Amino acid sequence: MTTQRFVTWDPSIAQAIIEEYRSKPGALLPLLHAIQERFSYIPEEAVGLIATALKQTRAEIHGVISFYHHFRTKQPGRHVVEVCRAEACQALGSRRLEAYAKSMLGVDYHQTTADNNITLEPVYCLGNCSCGPSIRVGDEIYANVDTQRFDEVVDGLKTDRLEVQ
Amino acid sequence: MTFCIHVPSDTTAKALGADRLAKLMAVTASERKVDLEIKRNGTRALYWIEPLVEVETAQGRYGFGPVKEADVDSLFDAEFWRGDVVHPLALGLVEEIPYLKQQQRLTFARARVIDPLSVEDYQANEGYRGLKKALGMTSQALVDEIKESGLRGRGGAAFPTGIKWQTVLNAPAEQKYIVCNADEGDSGTFADRLVMECDPFMLIEGMTIAGLAVGATQGYIYLRSEYPLAFKTLNDAIATAYENNLLGSGILGSDKHFDLEVRLGAGAYICGEETSLLESLEGKRGLVRAKPPLPAIVGLFGQPTVVNNVLSLAAVPFILDKGAKAYADCGMGRSRGTLPFQLAGNVKQGGLVELAFGPTLRELMFDFGGGTRNGRPLKAVQVGGPLGAYLPESQWDTQLDYEAFAKEGAVLGHGGVVMFDDTVDMSEQARFSMEFCVAESCGKCTPCRIGSTRGVEVIDRIRSGENVDSNMTLLSDLCETMVDGSLCAMGGMTPFPVQSAMKHFKDDFIKRTASTTHTEEI
Repeated sequence: MTTQRFVTWDPSIAQAIIEEYRSKPGALLPLLHAIQERFSYIPEEAVGLIATALKQTRAEIHGVISFYHHFRTKQPGRHVVEVCRAEACQALGSRRLEAYAKSMLGVDYHQTTADNNITLEPVYCLGNCSCGPSIRVGDEIYANVDTQRFDEVVDGLKTDRLEVQ
Repeated sequence: MTFCIHVPSDTTAKALGADRLAKLMAVTASERKVDLEIKRNGTRALYWIEPLVEVETAQGRYGFGPVKEADVDSLFDAEFWRGDVVHPLALGLVEEIPYLKQQQRLTFARARVIDPLSVEDYQANEGYRGLKKALGMTSQALVDEIKESGLRGRGGAAFPTGIKWQTVLNAPAEQKYIVCNADEGDSGTFADRLVMECDPFMLIEGMTIAGLAVGATQGYIYLRSEYPLAFKTLNDAIATAYENNLLGSGILGSDKHFDLEVRLGAGAYICGEETSLLESLEGKRGLVRAKPPLPAIVGLFGQPTVVNNVLSLAAVPFILDKGAKAYADCGMGRSRGTLPFQLAGNVKQGGLVELAFGPTLRELMFDFGGGTRNGRPLKAVQVGGPLGAYLPESQWDTQLDYEAFAKEGAVLGHGGVVMFDDTVDMSEQARFSMEFCVAESCGKCTPCRIGSTRGVEVIDRIRSGENVDSNMTLLSDLCETMVDGSLCAMGGMTPFPVQSAMKHFKDDFIKRTASTTHTEEI
């Protein structure tokens, strides 16, 4: 299953990415980013390939992946919606927004909706702190997100999906 | 005749709809046969009037804002492109807006004035004059200039930048590095993002000068992954700098060499701590290193490394161009120069306020910020990010100065000011501080890793009215242990907001215990 942006797992694509990055000093993070950018997550199969290329153990690669919130080892929904939990957004009601997002989507953080459309994630600051609450969808950031605005954004993601199909 | 207008292009302006607005303006202009050139030039970060559309005229730039798509027709009806016209959103000359006029914008002088990706614009506005001067100076003279400017690390620790550079200059090594800490994770801060999105060549120039000063030929900008637009802007600017012989070998015809690359973090707040950042750059888990050795002596890949914040490096071109004295003339006490403050949270007029050190927090929050956005009374202010203390009204007259804040048990940090109205429950904020530390601790030292988890539990017990007095004592002890026993600022400063909340807003911890009905009334 693919979206427009990501491709399904293909070891030859992964290997090509690994070859591109392996000789960089401190290659692992840029490499993991590139893998996730292509496949939407870091598949288990990739960990072995990366470990071999960088002459590290799978445990070491896994250790790095699991340290960073950004990297994921399971395929997310078509859209990842990140809700800012940090103080500047709290001051403008993000706690209410978080609760609303969870109940409206019927998921907790790190979970994906039943129709596989949206994965909900927390994020600690998007740098949009004068105009919160803020959320991020893909590379788009939205300001002043109250519950109504959240509904609009989420509705837009559903429409988007229909257009793609 | 072509009229030139500017629509902002930074992350917040886009989040407020600036892209759709620019598109609609272009379509409307063509429908109405108005010859408009639409430029997309960063932001001045006066966020309560964003999207702020600026119109170029012979008298200067006229502003209209905040402009929504629904306002476009009426703006065209008023022929807004002429600048000085009557319209409900007309703000007059932008540079006369008091919020902007009363600032001392040294670092942010070019923000919104120039096209962020035009090296010609940058050079036409005093850009690269610092580097040209630096190319004719010795390394020691460069380091001395920074020392004389009094510049202190803008990431939060306020360590004198010149002394750090001197240490790296003195360290003998084949390879040295300049690392820019652009992992701006503090809630309430966005000044680094603004530098990178609105004036990226200033950062590139600052890092190049730092390379000349200490003898480093490779630089890395460690950027947080939450800033996709800054990532793109920096990469585009770096490519342009290479094309124009401003990076790489033989910079501006000299025999100097400096390479620069952007590396993305991956959502770990702790990687803003310099040693954790270096581990991450090396491709490892971001575990904090014990100091000593200092990164200036054993840094990236074991080599001497300057690790500076974006704002520290961004101040360097100005200092070289105008001289150390021009920078040091601003400020008070040992806090020299300017700090770009960021007004955030529940604030009426949020945005960037670059000021010389010295005014009070109250002036910043009320004269610039205009109080809370919803008009409710202001109750608490967190300055300096999630590890900074909450300040009650009795401390709002503290001057904005590193030492004055330290005296109050608070920090200026990276200049973030997050305002909360009277509906905030400070015990809930204290709980969040501990919870954040649970999520973001690197796990290396026990007080931070375990202490934060115990902290959440103890605060939960207090909030549910369980042995409040003894649990408050326990929480105080726990905070002291974390402050004294943690390896870095994460565990060492997480207690600051907790302790300040306990000290100044004790009622929020104990009132819940009176009765559940009482809680419901709040």
